[in-house]
Amino acid sequence: MSIQSSPGATTTVAGALARSENVILGFASFVIGILFWYAVTRAGLVKLPGPFQVVSRSADMMANGQIFTDILSSLRRVFIGFVLGAGAAVPVGFLMGWYKRARGLIEPWIQFLRVIPPLAVIPLAIVTLGIDEAPKIFVIFLASFLSSVIATYQGVISVDRTYINAARVLGASDGVIFARVVVPASIPFVLVGFRIGLGSAWATLVAAELIAAQSGLGFRMQQAQLYYDLPTIFVSLITIGILGLVMDRIVVWTESRLTQWQERV
Amino acid sequence: MAASVKIRFNDATRCFGAFVALEKLNLEVMDSEFVTIVGPSGCGKSTAMNMAAGLLMPSSGSVTIDGEAVSGPGPERGVIFQQYALFPWLTVRKNVEFGLRLKGMKERERRERAMHYIELVGLADFADALPKTLSGGMKQRCAIARAYAVDPKVLLMDEPFGALDALTRVRMQDQLLGTWTRERKTVMFITHDVDEAVYLANRVIVMAAKPGRLQEIIEVDLPYPRNEELRLSARFTEIRNRVWHAVYTRAAPALQP
Repeated sequence: MSIQSSPGATTTVAGALARSENVILGFASFVIGILFWYAVTRAGLVKLPGPFQVVSRSADMMANGQIFTDILSSLRRVFIGFVLGAGAAVPVGFLMGWYKRARGLIEPWIQFLRVIPPLAVIPLAIVTLGIDEAPKIFVIFLASFLSSVIATYQGVISVDRTYINAARVLGASDGVIFARVVVPASIPFVLVGFRIGLGSAWATLVAAELIAAQSGLGFRMQQAQLYYDLPTIFVSLITIGILGLVMDRIVVWTESRLTQWQERV
Repeated sequence: MAASVKIRFNDATRCFGAFVALEKLNLEVMDSEFVTIVGPSGCGKSTAMNMAAGLLMPSSGSVTIDGEAVSGPGPERGVIFQQYALFPWLTVRKNVEFGLRLKGMKERERRERAMHYIELVGLADFADALPKTLSGGMKQRCAIARAYAVDPKVLLMDEPFGALDALTRVRMQDQLLGTWTRERKTVMFITHDVDEAVYLANRVIVMAAKPGRLQEIIEVDLPYPRNEELRLSARFTEIRNRVWHAVYTRAAPALQP
């Protein structure tokens, strides 16, 4: 996060220098990596497509619109699954954190389901939900739900007692304490859960598409694999990486906006 | 003192399992009185305060405010915590408005009242700042404004200046006394600093540990307003020594080697 101000104004110039140095280093490292890739493939050391091949393939895929269709169907699945999963996780997590009984009833299930990789649910999902969008969305729902629910619940149980006491002595009822103290105090935890949830949703989606899909980035790679089409696999992989990074940055940005009040060390 | 009794502890006892945190405390705090409580750790001073705040119920005995038994926390008793306990996601003004909002006060009135107390503690320039940008002393001043804004009858302060540096601490003491002289609320103030206890109080309550109990009550017959010169006076030193003696030679158990 670039907006963090460091204590002590004298460090801002140094901070700006360090930041621009980081940008330069990052760029240099990127260029070196591409050059290395080019050199290795050009010299024929590995049987992989080189940067130019990949760029021209991606231009093709953009020209015929195929890549955009794939991106769209992948993103659509992630978006629907993640919104449903995170949306369900927040109330369940708050319920678990706030009511001891609810925790006792729900937690064993969460802990058990958590250790099953969401991908392992795919065969069951295909058999019961068919081969349409439903099984993919369900698996993503599960992946994002499980990581978000734990984080939300952790957030609620780690709310500082003094905040609750401070609200109580000012006349707050349980309902007010929940809405005005517990919810805002646990938002940082919830957002960390979303970040992890979105990451695991994305990873799960691509894998799910490799197994069972008629569109999407994972499906495209799976098709390319059948025809030994390495450039397409590269284009898809890079696209998956870029989209994952963009989604993560969006969550991080939202997080820093919503939790500006936090004291960061 | 002709005033009526504000806070009364009747044989107030609190146990945590087999551990007796406070044993049969009997104490009366008068209306508009400023009492400080000193004692070694484990003497039950925070327990006594939490019972008055309604955050902790007595195991036996009772605590009454204006003759009514305390059954829970309420806005007529303001509490100031050592850790400030400001809501970090709210600005200074919103923190001060928190209790007013719960009273159902309209926005305009709420804002005016909050600003009045924010100005009183000298934070007017920081009304829209988040707590993380404030120093420890400023945070505690904001907490004091928040407690005052709901107009409590009683102020309960648990080592409020414990985490501040010596100079800020002295300034906060003077400021608190200034506010108290104007508003005349009943104050129960916990500290482990004997100087602070004597400087602020009408009476110093010395407590002893194992089990937590009342040791001695020392009257401070020094006139208000008090100032820094008073700290150098012979009378101050004399009372201070008495409190010191009561705390450290009688109330505190010898350290185990």
